[in-house]
Amino acid sequence: MNRLERLIDEARREVEDNTFAAVRAWKEEEPGRACVGFFPVYVPAELIWAAGALPVAVWGGGDRIEVEMADARVQSFICSISRSTLELGLLGHLDFLDGMLFGSLCDVARNLSGVWARNFPDTFVDYLHYPQNLRSEAARGYYREDLERLGAALGGITGRTPGAAELAAAIDLYEEQRALLRRLAAVRTEEPWRLGLEEQQVLVRAAGRRDPRRHNEVLREVLELLPEREVRHKDGVRVVLEGSFCEQPALELLRTLDQAHCFVVASDLARGLCWFKEPLRRSDDPWSDLVEAYFVHAEGSVVRHFSPSERTERLLARVRDSRADGVFFCTAKFCEPAFYDFVLHKRALDAAGIPYLAVEFEEKMSSFESIRTQAETFAESILFFADEEATA
Amino acid sequence: MNSPYQHQGSGQKIQKQLLTDWYRHLEQAPERGEKVAYLFISGNIGELLQACGFHLVYPEVNALQCGIKKVAGPNILAAEDIGYSGDVCGYVKNDIGLMLSGNRMPHGTTLPKPDLLVCNYAGCATYLRWFEALAEFYGAEMVVIDVPYLRGTEGPTAEEVRYVERQLRELVAVCERVAGREFDPAAYRQAIDRTVRSEDLWVQILESARHRPSPIDAYFEAVFFMAPIYTMRGTQGCLDYYQAVAKEVEERIQAGMGPVAEEKVRIVMEGPPAWPHFRKFWEMFKKWGAVTVASTYSKVGGIWDLGFRHDPDRPFESMAEYMLGCYTNRNWAMRSQLIRGYLEDYGADALVIHSVKSCRSFSVGQADLREQFIREFEVPTLFIESDLADPRYFAEAQMKNRIDAFFEALEHRRLTAGV
Repeated sequence: MNRLERLIDEARREVEDNTFAAVRAWKEEEPGRACVGFFPVYVPAELIWAAGALPVAVWGGGDRIEVEMADARVQSFICSISRSTLELGLLGHLDFLDGMLFGSLCDVARNLSGVWARNFPDTFVDYLHYPQNLRSEAARGYYREDLERLGAALGGITGRTPGAAELAAAIDLYEEQRALLRRLAAVRTEEPWRLGLEEQQVLVRAAGRRDPRRHNEVLREVLELLPEREVRHKDGVRVVLEGSFCEQPALELLRTLDQAHCFVVASDLARGLCWFKEPLRRSDDPWSDLVEAYFVHAEGSVVRHFSPSERTERLLARVRDSRADGVFFCTAKFCEPAFYDFVLHKRALDAAGIPYLAVEFEEKMSSFESIRTQAETFAESILFFADEEATA
Repeated sequence: MNSPYQHQGSGQKIQKQLLTDWYRHLEQAPERGEKVAYLFISGNIGELLQACGFHLVYPEVNALQCGIKKVAGPNILAAEDIGYSGDVCGYVKNDIGLMLSGNRMPHGTTLPKPDLLVCNYAGCATYLRWFEALAEFYGAEMVVIDVPYLRGTEGPTAEEVRYVERQLRELVAVCERVAGREFDPAAYRQAIDRTVRSEDLWVQILESARHRPSPIDAYFEAVFFMAPIYTMRGTQGCLDYYQAVAKEVEERIQAGMGPVAEEKVRIVMEGPPAWPHFRKFWEMFKKWGAVTVASTYSKVGGIWDLGFRHDPDRPFESMAEYMLGCYTNRNWAMRSQLIRGYLEDYGADALVIHSVKSCRSFSVGQADLREQFIREFEVPTLFIESDLADPRYFAEAQMKNRIDAFFEALEHRRLTAGV
């Protein structure tokens, strides 16, 4: 295993570890360190860091957990991530967290905040509301007040209420990280065979649980090593993956897509960690910068209602910008927001003549053969029709 | 034979007439050049929109009527045909299916298209997705009133109220532009004044269930009694209706009448009803002499029995408070507290949770609520599942078995406790 593979493998082992051993070790390294978990999709990580805590993405247990206790508390028709995340908590795997944050992604995520509060009465639990009426002149002010409120509440558990200087420094750090993650994504867009989708995603997911200073170093090194990697150009189709902004597909599923030569060149995977489509506009008021991040720089997402057609327009733009041949809808079972978006996206793709394939996944999936066959057929059909058009 | 009672059945009769008139008037609105706004029940701002000259369409009410009239199934399938998943809200699919089939309601009315979609987002993220789809399909303008979910147990903060109030004031300008006429503040105030009087009567009707026997079923009957206060609040018709229902209920109390021949068990209900199988569902409880004395679904459009009233002197601010306080906009600590209060205040013997797949806003957390009420509060609690719109999710035999087993056990417990 070479250095690049070792770095990726280390990230893989950490993100697959449901006991969060590496995060626990980080916390114990220095007295006074704190960790605050967050459920998808998004929380401003820089606010948690500025309050002196490590933001930890708590995004389900994947395929490495048996859900038992959580089944009594969350019905079977609710998405797996809500149940497996609760199971992680009930198993005690999250007892190192000093707090847990939820946001207004959907009714499941929102209501889960209450279930969490009852089941873990000794943990600090908070809920952040993301404005959905961005046209209102009151919305920015409200969101800012809510961020300041949350900052003060986090300060209550860490003893370090963030001021402007701490927040600006934290934004710097996470801006650096987002720029690195954007460069990593660009590698996939330009040469998808140079970096596996699964490899890219373990590096993204690791950003959700590592000290950003350390992870930024890793990302920098990976980006330095990637151009030297010995790779072979592979033929395949280029797709935009859509619908995995919250619950994450198994890493095996991501490997399957590369193997099927269905190359994901842009995606909404782990959306909350890579949400901003460009560097944030900075000012001397970091609170306002965080507000603008959400209002102006966020990519189209169901977390945020901008206008009825914005998300579809943005999807079409991503297809265009990434020179994709089609769209691969990869939706978690029972994920209502993604299912609603699918209908509107589908209409626009049909109108634009862009091919798409829709599959559903669950955290506990163990066989990916059906998805492989579908992806292969999808890729072949795109190539076939492209050939036909070329000869016509 | 003449009935010995003067007021029995008047609630049902008047409501039928009110709704018939309402739909007829609505259907003819485009001919008269009048504008139509679509909005949702929870935290609805009917008085405000009417004072801007809009006729109102509530897609949720259409969905439940299609459910009761047993046409929701075909509507849902039509929506699934264009790509809606089997796992999303049946109300949304019913509405999309209804639109695809020309918006003709089972009772014959053709619903007009929206000129404005007002997403009075209170307690349900699906509302946003629903109106985004309608905006796309109808090409209509959509506006959102962003209503933050409540934290803590103290109710809305001053900041939250101010935030929602500002959006309501901004909405007036949008309404004036779309409706092409000026907002009438005096009409709004007068409507709010009538609203407050209707709210007083509604609370009086709900609280009549404290009597033994209860004169009403606070779920199976209340979900019908609630229709005017959620759809035409602020109108004279609504006020007259509640005056009539109050008399009907008073007469029942005097005569010792109730919804079942003999009241044996008093229950609190959490969750929406199974509209497509409503009668069957109710019968399963009636046969045990079970009467609902308080329910949360009858509060789905607004909660007044904790003391809140709209205020004609603060029509915007109190509207904001009302929207924020909606049942599904309350967090689980508040919901649990409310239900526990009902169990105590209404002398209930048990809690029944009807969990519906369609509505995650209602249902996520209900299984945990069951754990809390059984283990922490030691309240006999029945948990059943079906749906409020999709007839396919009603497993009759299974549902009946669970209900029978629960009431048998409850009866047994009483007998042995009495020994």
